[in-house]
Amino acid sequence: MRHGKYPLIITFLVPPLVLYGVFVLSPYLQAFQISTTNWLGYSAHADSVGMANFRTLWHDGQVWNAIKNNAIMLAVVPVVTIGLGLFFATMLNMGGRKGRAGVTGVRGTAVYRMVYFFPQVLSVVIIALLWKEVYHPNNGLLNGALRAFGLPAPTWLGDPRTAFWCVLAVMVWSNVGFYVVLFGAAMAAIPRDIYEAVLLDGASRWTTLRRITVPLLWDTVQVAWIYLAIAALDGFILVQQMTNGGPNFSSDVIGLRMYETAFGSESKFGYASAIGVVMLFLTLSVAVLALRTGRRDRIEYS
Amino acid sequence: MDRATATGAEQAERPRADERPPRDRGVANLFSHGFLLFWAALTALPLLWMFLSSFKSDGEILSDPWGLPGALRFENWSRAWTEAHIGRYFLNSGIVVAGSLTLTMLLGATAAYVFARYEFRGRQVVYYLFVGGMMFPVFLALVPLFFVVRNAGLFGSWTGLILVYAAYSLPFTVFFLTAFFRTLPTSVAEAALIDGCGHFRLFFRVMLPMARPGLISVAIFNFLSHWNQFILPQVLMQGDDSKWVLAQGLTALAVSQGYQGDFSGLFAGLTIATLPVLAVYVAFQRQIQTGLTAGQLK
Repeated sequence: MRHGKYPLIITFLVPPLVLYGVFVLSPYLQAFQISTTNWLGYSAHADSVGMANFRTLWHDGQVWNAIKNNAIMLAVVPVVTIGLGLFFATMLNMGGRKGRAGVTGVRGTAVYRMVYFFPQVLSVVIIALLWKEVYHPNNGLLNGALRAFGLPAPTWLGDPRTAFWCVLAVMVWSNVGFYVVLFGAAMAAIPRDIYEAVLLDGASRWTTLRRITVPLLWDTVQVAWIYLAIAALDGFILVQQMTNGGPNFSSDVIGLRMYETAFGSESKFGYASAIGVVMLFLTLSVAVLALRTGRRDRIEYS
Repeated sequence: MDRATATGAEQAERPRADERPPRDRGVANLFSHGFLLFWAALTALPLLWMFLSSFKSDGEILSDPWGLPGALRFENWSRAWTEAHIGRYFLNSGIVVAGSLTLTMLLGATAAYVFARYEFRGRQVVYYLFVGGMMFPVFLALVPLFFVVRNAGLFGSWTGLILVYAAYSLPFTVFFLTAFFRTLPTSVAEAALIDGCGHFRLFFRVMLPMARPGLISVAIFNFLSHWNQFILPQVLMQGDDSKWVLAQGLTALAVSQGYQGDFSGLFAGLTIATLPVLAVYVAFQRQIQTGLTAGQLK
């Protein structure tokens, strides 16, 4: 029956493999090799320096500062985003408790869901540029509102104490809607009678969320955590466009450090690749950690 | 507990359960609606503000951020469209994404089909090699990629961007579509082969149409990620600004706006870039939401 399958396998598999090998696999492999050289700029000359780049990196205060900011994002963004996502998804899917007959969504669920999802279809560049204007100290939306209430108008992105948190807030803002929809889809798969039973037992909303919904959604929450953790280790576009890491490196992230090292004024390709290797290990360890710690028994509905 | 008492208890519960919601509902619904409305406002307000500000004069923007535009100044839009070349960048993005999306779907579907339906030596190894690319941060590849593209003579060209976008989308596309092709019934394919249908014909005439829901999901996902791509063009499309894609044009507009104080031009540019995407989203929101979330869940 499988007669003559090899022509198809070869025609179908070779072009994607070549494309992938040339533009994805080979750059990744070369990056490891480049990270052990002192390659500078656009000259062809590069000496192997072994682990020297990684030793420099270990003592590089700027890189550590950037990693610290990514670590804060990693601690805050997934928790807050998943928390808000679960909260709104619960409200939308079973906020209305219409008597005994059911646990249904609130009125206007479809509209809320549509609006919440908006940021997901916009490019991050647009989100960054828009929020930069929202935070604008003079003519921004935020300070306009604050002034209307007679409150002081901070400089937000211009202040090293607040700049990083402003960017972080935008990161949460742009992600919540996606997880509302994601969790909502997963909640729709939970049999309604479970909730009706819980409702009859007189459980509060909070107990229902904590004891029923979250355990039943655990797989989805875990996936969300991994994706948000990876996003928190990036943050490059938002930071570059909103603050460019400033003021005074207060909102710097590791991706921007790498980009500036490679394509900024100095083009230290060797050192930048070493930062890239560190990013890879951070990303992989966070993903593995999330998978390990979050493992629970899968629940199947019959 | 025997059956009789169980129903007895249930019946005793019922009136109470019936009573509770009306008391509960007023407060709780106000509470939940309040939060829901708050977040909806928080999401929609910046976008609405951007839209309204695109009609304002710079004076209006500076003096009253919350005010409404005094007139519908479409000249802001035309200034962004022609002087900031947003129109051209829009077209460029369209050309690049049309190419990259076609290539991704074609190569992704064919590779996934082979992984899902054919046995050959080393299949597992090749598959994991392919799909493993999903886990790697693109930053790691940037420096060597820059030289790979330059040495191939594709630096600053749309062809280069198309090939690179497609290459970096393949791992996820193949991963998703392999899982999808595996769910399709084998009996149809076997019947077609027995009837003398060739392997190629089988794929294009039978399997591809059957896989349409999966193809649409992954195409939506890829379309948005290609359309919104920023880091790759920033590195691979430096120089010649007539070939830039939309994201680059917008950042350049933001920079020049900073020097000239042309706030209304920036808002008009952002609005022009946002509206079509938002309109398509509103029209196909169901498919787009399921397409994107299904993409993350597999």
